[in-house]
Amino acid sequence: MTSLTVEKPPPAEPEAPTRTTKNLARRLVPFGYLSPTVVLIVVLMVVPIIMVISYSFRDNVIVQENSVFAGFANYTEVLTDPDFTAALKNTFIFITVSMVAHLLLGLAFAMMLNSGLLSGVTKAIFRVVYVLPWLFTIAVIAVIWRLLLDPAGVVNYVLQTLGIVQDGVNWLGDPGSALWVVTFVNIWSGYPFFMISLLAGLQGIPGELYEAASVDGANPWQKFWNVTIPQLRPVIISMAVLDLIWTSQQFALIWMMTGGGPLNSTEMLSTFTYKLAFSEYEFATASASAVIVLLLTMILAFFYVRQQRER
Amino acid sequence: MAIRKASRTRLIGALTAATVALALGACGGGDSDDVASDGTVTLEFAQWWAPELPDGSFDKIINEFQTANPNIKVKLLSGPYASTKQQLVTGAASKTLPDVVGLDGAWVNDFAKQGAIADLTKLMDEAGYDSSQLASQIQLEGKTYMIPVVNFVYPLFVNQDLLTKAGVDKVPSTRTEFADAAKKITATGGNVKGWALPLDTAVPNGIQNDVMSWLWASGGSMLADGKPALTTPQVKSVVEYVKSLNDAGVIAEGSLTMKEQDKVEKFTTGQVGMMIDSLAHINLVKENAPNLKFAIAPVPAEDGFTGKRGIPYASWGIGVADSSKHKAEAFKLVQFLMDAKANAELATLANGFPGNKTAKPDFSKSDPLFEEAFKIYQEGFPANEFVGLPKSEDLMRSFDEQLQLVLTGKSSVDDALAKSQDAWSSVIE
Repeated sequence: MTSLTVEKPPPAEPEAPTRTTKNLARRLVPFGYLSPTVVLIVVLMVVPIIMVISYSFRDNVIVQENSVFAGFANYTEVLTDPDFTAALKNTFIFITVSMVAHLLLGLAFAMMLNSGLLSGVTKAIFRVVYVLPWLFTIAVIAVIWRLLLDPAGVVNYVLQTLGIVQDGVNWLGDPGSALWVVTFVNIWSGYPFFMISLLAGLQGIPGELYEAASVDGANPWQKFWNVTIPQLRPVIISMAVLDLIWTSQQFALIWMMTGGGPLNSTEMLSTFTYKLAFSEYEFATASASAVIVLLLTMILAFFYVRQQRER
Repeated sequence: MAIRKASRTRLIGALTAATVALALGACGGGDSDDVASDGTVTLEFAQWWAPELPDGSFDKIINEFQTANPNIKVKLLSGPYASTKQQLVTGAASKTLPDVVGLDGAWVNDFAKQGAIADLTKLMDEAGYDSSQLASQIQLEGKTYMIPVVNFVYPLFVNQDLLTKAGVDKVPSTRTEFADAAKKITATGGNVKGWALPLDTAVPNGIQNDVMSWLWASGGSMLADGKPALTTPQVKSVVEYVKSLNDAGVIAEGSLTMKEQDKVEKFTTGQVGMMIDSLAHINLVKENAPNLKFAIAPVPAEDGFTGKRGIPYASWGIGVADSSKHKAEAFKLVQFLMDAKANAELATLANGFPGNKTAKPDFSKSDPLFEEAFKIYQEGFPANEFVGLPKSEDLMRSFDEQLQLVLTGKSSVDDALAKSQDAWSSVIE
């Protein structure tokens, strides 16, 4: 036994580093595969966000060489700017009304497409028609609706022909109507995503639940409130929070339709920040405004993540 | 063996992925090798001109330059005006501007103050360049930062059919004649209005082209000794005049959010009788409405004005990045484009007027209106006081917002001008 033990190669000590190296390599493998994504996230997201946060606490940034620490001065300037307050209010109206309308329209159309009252061909036609607004890019949507809503455009022509209005309505040029009009266009362009998501949710509800409700004597309204809505609740909450986040970032539609006017009536946080940066070259206050928008969006993102965890 | 092979494969995979990641990271910060082993220098030239010229025509001009300068290659970075501006603003901020840049006069002050664009006076001296042949130079504190390569003037466009239908037999030359013609055209009915005034705040250049043009046409100025002078009787009379046209209902509706392209569209489709617009749009109007009969004329002046009329203009300007390692080569390109022959060729292609005084654009194949416009240009003087001002787009926007308040009855002319004066004074020191 003793001789055998002596002839064997040294047991544990020389093998230990090999095993450790192997274990280390095995542990590093996933990080190796993740590294391109991590590098991209750091370069494209983390670094710019940190830079913007840093700019927001400084003055004379980007366009001047000698930036100085300014503390919260930029934040104070932005938060006390009446244009920012107006933009915040407009953004709140814009995203809230858009989200509610997206939800109601999306749900209504999804239920229509999911109902057994329509034939397969009719449903297919409606499906194509309803999803069309989603297929256009924002630039095309803005151009189309600007043409339609021109004081001498198709919408006014139809309304005048039907005798609904006497003179052409100045839809986008009137400070009283512009915000509601751009909100309407945003609703038009965004409801199909809700519709498709809710339709998928509706199709996932087991038929047995409705059968059980029928056996209990529930009418269609009661089935809707006690079966459909509770079953769709996770989808509805996810979509609503995501929609609030997306809509709060909406820039192209507003910029191309009204530029924030007339008289700041459609100014949003996004257009306000853009003007600060690329028209006034006030990159420090623009950064402060962007950070405020980021914080507001993060509140929504927090609710979204929490809701996703609960699921 | 199998285990060892799998482990090796995993490790190789991970290393490959890490290498890709490092390579991706390196892409962002890499400095391009712009000098070849044979000494050939590659210049980057960012501009919005190529997309606005006939296909391939700008490449042809650049090829001529490369043939004449075999040791210099030019890499064109072409994009639409708006995206070029954004790219240059960020490039100027990060000191990564391309060697040669297409410039708008409205950007010069900000870029020069950032130290992003080079002092061309110095480069001209070093190259022994005779600057007396240049029609104009955009300067700041006595140093040239931009040279206008091609100028585009903004005359008055008049729909002659609508004018005749309205019973007006003369193209308006004074403010009274213009107001009278606008009223008569509007009175013909059918959604037709006399004038289009684009006041969209996203791109507020309507203030420069469609509002201040009235001031410059009568020899007025919005500045005094380089400082804002917006409360003068001359500026007030312009705003009051625009308000009177608005009150008379002769301006096409929707002007508060109207864009320049909407204005051109309305004129092309016969919805407005008159507009102040870039000469560059003549071809566009003719292409979209071949049967439209229209004329061009100087912007109407105040009644009784006999002096030289300022005519608004915009330019394709050129400058050199201060961060360029090849300024001498970059200036060679500038010099080439300002050469009488190349400059005339470019101006002809662009339907603009040359930046070299001795260049003669070829109107033989152009619309006769260009020759007409050239006469207007020569009889008056190019006027654009926004060129060289700091944050000029912001100045236009703040004036625009005050004008909108006046037109909607929410502010008096005096209040609006006083507030604009304050806003401008905080920018123009």
